Formats: sequence, C-alpha cells, structure tokens
Amino acid sequence: MDKTKKQEQASTHKIGIYLWIWGLLFVLSFFSYMVDWYQFQGMLRWSLILFFMFLKAGLIMAFFMHLFWERYALVNVLLWPMTAIACFIFLMVAEFEYTVFTRLFYFVTGGV
Amino acid sequence: MSDPKIEGFELKPGFSGMAKDTASDQTMFKGVHWGKAMMWIFLLSDTFIFSCFLISYMKGRGSTLIDWPNASEVFGLHVFGVNVPLLLIAIMTFVLITSSGTMALAVKYGYEKNKKMCGWLILATAIGGLIFVGMQAFEWSKLIHEGVRPWENPFGAPQFGSFFFMITGFHGTHVSIGVIFLFIYAYKTFAGHYDEGKRGWFTTMKGDYVEVEILGLYWHFVDLVWVFIFAFFYLW
Repeated sequence: MDKTKKQEQASTHKIGIYLWIWGLLFVLSFFSYMVDWYQFQGMLRWSLILFFMFLKAGLIMAFFMHLFWERYALVNVLLWPMTAIACFIFLMVAEFEYTVFTRLFYFVTGGV
Repeated sequence: MSDPKIEGFELKPGFSGMAKDTASDQTMFKGVHWGKAMMWIFLLSDTFIFSCFLISYMKGRGSTLIDWPNASEVFGLHVFGVNVPLLLIAIMTFVLITSSGTMALAVKYGYEKNKKMCGWLILATAIGGLIFVGMQAFEWSKLIHEGVRPWENPFGAPQFGSFFFMITGFHGTHVSIGVIFLFIYAYKTFAGHYDEGKRGWFTTMKGDYVEVEILGLYWHFVDLVWVFIFAFFYLW
C-alpha cells in the first residue's frame, strides 16, 4: 500500500491549488453576477461578461481538468479544433447581419 | 506528468515533445489512459454540439427585429417582497461550481487511494448535481406557467422559448446523466472496486481510480458549458 502511494504521489497535486481555483471561481462568478446586478450596459457589459467567462473556463480546463499538466500532444489536439468554432461564429455573424438587413429592407420599406 | 520516461520512451517537454510523441510510431498520448483520451475526444465533439446551439442562438437573437426578452427580469425571483434579478440562476451557478470543486478533490483523493474521502466527495458532487437539476425543473415549470413556449412567449421575441428549452434542456440532460453516473461511481468507490481492480459491466478493463478522473472530466465539462450558457443566455 505504502509503495503504491509513493508511486502515485507524482500524479497528484497539493490540495491548496484546487482550493485556490475553487475560491477564484466563486469570486469570478460573483463578479459576473454583479455585472447584471449593477446593470452595466453596452461595451462595458459585454467585455466584462466575456472576460469573466473566459477566465472561468480557462481555470476549469487548466486545473480542474488537468490540462495545465498534460502533455502538449493532448493539449494541442484538444484546443486547435476550437478555432473552427471561431470561424463558424464569424460566418454566422455575417449571416445574421444579412438576415437583419433583408428583413428591414422587405418588412419596413416593402422592398422598394 | 512529470515522469521523464514511459516504457523506455523518453519524454521531452513542449512542442518538440509533442512532435516526438506524435511521430513515435506508438501510442500518441503518452501516459494518458485510453479511457481518458476517449473521454476528451467525446468532450471535444460535445463542445461542437453545444457551440452549434449557442451559435444558432446568436444567429436567432441577432436576426430578429422584435426586442429580445430581458433575461434579468424573466429569470428574476420575488423573495421577501423584493425583486432580485437572476437570483435562481446565480444560486444554480454557485451550486454547480461547488459540485465541480468537490469533484476535483474527489479525483485528487482517488489518486491518493483515499477511498472514504473520494467516495464522500463523489456523493457530495452527485447531490450538488441533483440540487441543480431540481432548480432547473423549478425554473422550467415557472416559465411554462408564465406562458413561455418554444413558439411564443409574453416577453418578446418568440425565438426566446425555443432556444431556452433547447439549450438548458440539453445541458440539464447532461447534468442528469452525470448525476446517475456519480451515484454509480460513489457506490463503486465505497465498495472498493477501484482498490481491488474489479471489472465493470460492459468492459474488460480493470477498475482503477483513473475512472474517477474520467468521470471528473465529464462533470467539469458540464460546469464548463454552464459557464458559457450563463454568460451568453442569462447575462448577455
């Protein structure tokens, strides 16, 4: 039992790191709730929401999901496909802007 | 993984290590259990599913000419005579983060072969998930009573209902499946299946505490998705 424990020790991390991340996640969630509580509007609201969101997601993935300690072969296989999502978002932004334009054009002006 | 060698294969850090691992003509993910690699790949595909939902929500919300319902008011609660915006959602977020933390600790204690702590923490995670699903059921029934349907709602753009039920429903399904597995794994931990190397039902794989980490990955992913839903659907 003791022998296996010693061997496994390499793959476990100190409890402090988990408690820190846990606490940080609570604080960041509280901040993002405060964004709504104080009714920030416009660019300030959106940038704060995105900032807290990416920070929380990064902390969960890096430490709770252990990606920070994984080898690059795994990390890169997992993270690079995400760029496809970014491309898709850009495509769909162009798409909804065009939809709004056609709706305004045909509903409001009657397509003249 | 700080191990310098796995089965005689020298591990190098960084990108040169990645090139060496990938070109090794052997297993590519050195020191990673196959179950863990498969869970990661499943989570990657699940990421794409949730991205498609959230992107279609973006497209639907961006292209409607009718005002989008104010989430802050729609999801507000009336407690002690005061209207608190987004109260239920905030509590749900905190419950899910709490359960994510207990799961992370369960994985840690699992690797230390601390059966009792690991089992209790998995059980705590399962109960957190159960509370989350319960509150989501409450939220759904509240909105349905107020007349929100996938095709109409009294607050604004009719697309709101369909995106709400689709996205939170799919996430809630993930949480529910996670809760079922958490209870099963709590039982398996307490029964000592991971200490004895007892086989599971549909597998020849011997029980090992790495299974707790694999389940942990799934559970953290559910929390991760909620971070994005919380930001885009409830706060935006």
